[in-house]
Amino acid sequence: MPEVLTTPITSPKLDSRIPEGPIQDKWETAKFKMKLVNPANKRKYNVIVVGSGLAGGAAAASLGELGYNVKCFTYNDSPRRAHSIAAQGGINAAKNYQNDGDSVFRLFYDTVKGGDYRAREANVYRLAQVSVNIIDQCVAQGVPFAREYGGTLANRSFGGAQVSRTFYARGQTGQQLLLGAYQALMRQVDAGTVKLFPRTEMLDVIIVDGRARGIVSRNLITGQMDIHMADCVILGTGGYGNAFYLSTNAKNCNATAAWRAYKRGAYFANPCFTQIHPTCIPVSGEYQSKLTLMSESLRNDGRIWVPKNAGDKRRASQIPEDERDYFLERRYPAFGNLVPRDVASRAAKAVCDEGRGVGPSGLGVYLDFADSIQRLGRHKIEERYGNLFEMYESITGENPYEAPMRIFPAVHYTMGGLWVDYNLMSTVSGLFVGGEANFSDHGANRLGASALMQGLADGYFVLPYTIGNFLADHRPDKLNEHCPEALEALANVKDITKRLISVNGKSTVDELHRQLGKVMWNKCGMARNAAGLQEAISEIRAIREEFWKDVKVIGTDDNLNHTLEKANRVADFMELGELICRDALTRAESCGGHFREEYQTPEGEAKRDDENFSFVSAWEYKGASINPELHKEHLTFEHVKPSQRSYK
Amino acid sequence: MRLILHVWRQSGPNAPGRMVRYDAPNVDEHMSFLEMLDVVNEELIKKNEEPIHFDHDCREGICGACGFMVNGVAHGTQPRTTVCQLHMRHFKDGDEVYIEPFRAVAFPIVKDLVINRSAFDRIISAGGYISTPAGSAVDANAVLVRKENADLAMDAAACIGCGACVAACPNASASLFAGAKISHLNLLPQGRAEASERVRGMVEAMNHEQFGNCTNIGECEAVCPKGISIENIARMNREYLSAIWSERPETGGGDGG
Amino acid sequence: MSTATLNTPSRSLLGFYSTTLGKKLVMAITGFILVGFVVGHMAGNLQVFLGKEVFNRYAALLHSSAGLLWTIRLVLLASVVMHIVSAVQLALLDKKARPQRYVKWKSTKSTYASRTMYWSGPILFVFIVYHLQHLTTGRLHPTQPFPGYHMAYENVVAGFQVVPVSLFYIFAMVLLCLHLYHGVWSMFQTLGIAHPRYTPLLRNLAVAIAFAVLAGFSSVPLAVMLGFVR
Repeated sequence: MPEVLTTPITSPKLDSRIPEGPIQDKWETAKFKMKLVNPANKRKYNVIVVGSGLAGGAAAASLGELGYNVKCFTYNDSPRRAHSIAAQGGINAAKNYQNDGDSVFRLFYDTVKGGDYRAREANVYRLAQVSVNIIDQCVAQGVPFAREYGGTLANRSFGGAQVSRTFYARGQTGQQLLLGAYQALMRQVDAGTVKLFPRTEMLDVIIVDGRARGIVSRNLITGQMDIHMADCVILGTGGYGNAFYLSTNAKNCNATAAWRAYKRGAYFANPCFTQIHPTCIPVSGEYQSKLTLMSESLRNDGRIWVPKNAGDKRRASQIPEDERDYFLERRYPAFGNLVPRDVASRAAKAVCDEGRGVGPSGLGVYLDFADSIQRLGRHKIEERYGNLFEMYESITGENPYEAPMRIFPAVHYTMGGLWVDYNLMSTVSGLFVGGEANFSDHGANRLGASALMQGLADGYFVLPYTIGNFLADHRPDKLNEHCPEALEALANVKDITKRLISVNGKSTVDELHRQLGKVMWNKCGMARNAAGLQEAISEIRAIREEFWKDVKVIGTDDNLNHTLEKANRVADFMELGELICRDALTRAESCGGHFREEYQTPEGEAKRDDENFSFVSAWEYKGASINPELHKEHLTFEHVKPSQRSYK
Repeated sequence: MRLILHVWRQSGPNAPGRMVRYDAPNVDEHMSFLEMLDVVNEELIKKNEEPIHFDHDCREGICGACGFMVNGVAHGTQPRTTVCQLHMRHFKDGDEVYIEPFRAVAFPIVKDLVINRSAFDRIISAGGYISTPAGSAVDANAVLVRKENADLAMDAAACIGCGACVAACPNASASLFAGAKISHLNLLPQGRAEASERVRGMVEAMNHEQFGNCTNIGECEAVCPKGISIENIARMNREYLSAIWSERPETGGGDGG
Repeated sequence: MSTATLNTPSRSLLGFYSTTLGKKLVMAITGFILVGFVVGHMAGNLQVFLGKEVFNRYAALLHSSAGLLWTIRLVLLASVVMHIVSAVQLALLDKKARPQRYVKWKSTKSTYASRTMYWSGPILFVFIVYHLQHLTTGRLHPTQPFPGYHMAYENVVAGFQVVPVSLFYIFAMVLLCLHLYHGVWSMFQTLGIAHPRYTPLLRNLAVAIAFAVLAGFSSVPLAVMLGFVR
């Protein structure tokens, strides 16, 4: 049973360090109060950045520009391949270039509300403030955003926002922003301020006297494990969606860096807040390795439906109009097909659970453009979505101009992550976390086009200040690589690797990962309930046990070994999965991406419980066989008063 | 369907490699090419054999990690497709499929189909950027950009850095890669300040990395998964010509102060 | 910029030549000169159809100023040498750029002509040497009865009446056609002249020049062999 939560008191261990003063002045005040590092001393400080995506790459580049001595690690062969690259839609910024009533406050308001009142107001406000600097910075870097004929920047409305505040570079905004950060990073590599470690994975964080002082890395090509000492460590290592096996994340995205940091004392916040994206291409078979997102913008012109009768196996074209159920339009007449991601996803799951799903697996709904094609003409639809239609056809072999697309929800983004204070520092001193890897500014649900904004805000405009403030308080002492803490971390990592190789069982890593993913998806996916979550916890434990008894890792640890890499990451997912379920079980309410079947209105809508759950859950690792301890950071809302979301 | 695969296996950078024949008996037409290899690899692991190593990550055709030769064509014969987006419905039962790594002296083989493309990163670090430290930017709309230029820049910027252009070029030239980045940045007013230094730096870096020369034959644009045009190579050439015309000898002027 | 990782070639006058692109520029510019010569040469040759007198007068005209003649000859010689030297250097670099060939490689776009530049080029060089010895100096063939340029017409007719010689000339012109089919367009591309509106025109121009050169030059030995010119 979940604990009874009545008194909203923040754990003393969770000091959010939110500056005093009116919300619009907090960041300015904080920046002014921050201590500065003498320019001549900056190069004496070593900063480790793990990850080279929007948050990590931008932070590494910016810190290099400032003159710090930076080491940047990525498991990819190049920083340019970080998964930020796959974001399609765009990036929000409160520029109000369209004169349509946008403002910093409105972006702040929308983000807090969209996050279902589970985010920290001060952080979100800062995010909205720096969003305008991000666009300036990116344009100056040469990001080729879409433009009007007059030469000004173009905007579009995205994800149901009432204003046009989304900047975009075709359907490749993430790619272009990442390349901007990557180019800035490579400039610093050339200048000698950043040293790059491609194909190098962080496996542990080294903590000396309660402060993060370095990492243990593994060179993926030689298997060499190295100790890197530094004055502080930044993690920009992305989300943990791959705990579900199938997700829209890149295949190698993993939670290992964050998880190992958790095991060294960084609290893990809101792990159960995972975002399920409604418009992905359905699974086609057991061999499926990942899921592909189709941009949300498709819902602007596509109508979502399923047959009225369960088990109707006729082709879409043979189902007459009056036997079709346009369930989103029926349930949410005001917003129709444009309801937020979580609402759309759950509705799709509900009709599939009733046996009305379409496609070979029965796990899919139609996204039909026939009406729009008739109304606007095929040409117009082609102009708007041509590349997406092509992508769909290339993957499924079906032509969406003729037959409706089939879509199904998939795990897409994780709002949860390592707990951080206003300065993006975790509960471990000197360990900073940016981007999707932290528990972030998105609360329980992220709005479209906000992930890119947050990653870059953290990397370009928050961490460069807060890192300086932290370092100014700590003298740059060169710590010995052979200190006992470093050697212990190294031994720990070597031990894990050795154990993985020595199991030599019969199940492949993928088989076990897939098993985990099925439990996660079925019992901790779009809809969760206490009984299911309890089952999930014991099932995950069983799979984990099987993993360590029966996993088969081929090859050795002294050269490129993808199986070993995967096994290492999956071992952590096996533990993280349990924490996700535990968090979901504890949070006895429905909010944002977290839907507990017990807590819904008679119409099946999410029922939030602000009285008891207006807090951030932050989990403290207590040991391998001991349950983690829950700490709470109470959330107060002075500017955006919680209200029930309604899309009817 | 059933396929016969001939795959380049090489255990390490300096080890000798060879083509090895594999049977892929249960290939579903809906699989992607990489999923087909996943299934083959699962079988290999079960048989205690090392799986075929290949680079991959996003599997959506955007990260640029994947890429190898399929039947002699970089990323396979489907136009504008990365190998992760190549689906097995384009093959038929009984087909023999040759799978080889991208080959170039600048892309040394790491293992099997995995290559080291960090030469591309070094070309970028030789000028493929605009020097704008965070915080130094003016308002985004302060500089107007002609829409056509913005569009052309975006066409060029779509490059995913997969290396297919080098792989397909008989001379292993990186001109399309460098030309695309030079075009992207030099087409924008923000990039003009460093235009000459950029093109000189990047062209010299290509040399330094031992990429071959461009003979304008167009294999690169044909295999480019993003359809980047060799017009970008011409633009690079033009920029280079103008840079070598206009550049002054280094005068060693300091920054005063 | 980029001084940290690279040995930047000195920004001297000819520093550009150290890059492959610099060498390509040399090839394009020398190629341009040589194409101009080839077209002019062909126009001159076609005067053979206007009769012995016109042709010989044209030959005399070319030799009327020794200074001009030798200037042109030296420019051409320098162009040929630079064209070849840079081509050889590039070919060696290209070979080094991919030491291990593919087991299987398939062309998807390139033309036969473009892939055979490194073959058509050297054979054409051999042809040029032969041609100079054959019709310019006349040293190679004792069949050339009339030394000097005063009786150029007679020399051409006598030279091309030897069928194997004529066939070799025609074969060389096929290669020249191939070489120009790609080379002329490639020259524009290397010089940075490309534009969606003009590129197709330039491609067609290249094809037109290539075939015009083939037709124009081959017509002379053909006409001699078939007895139209005697």
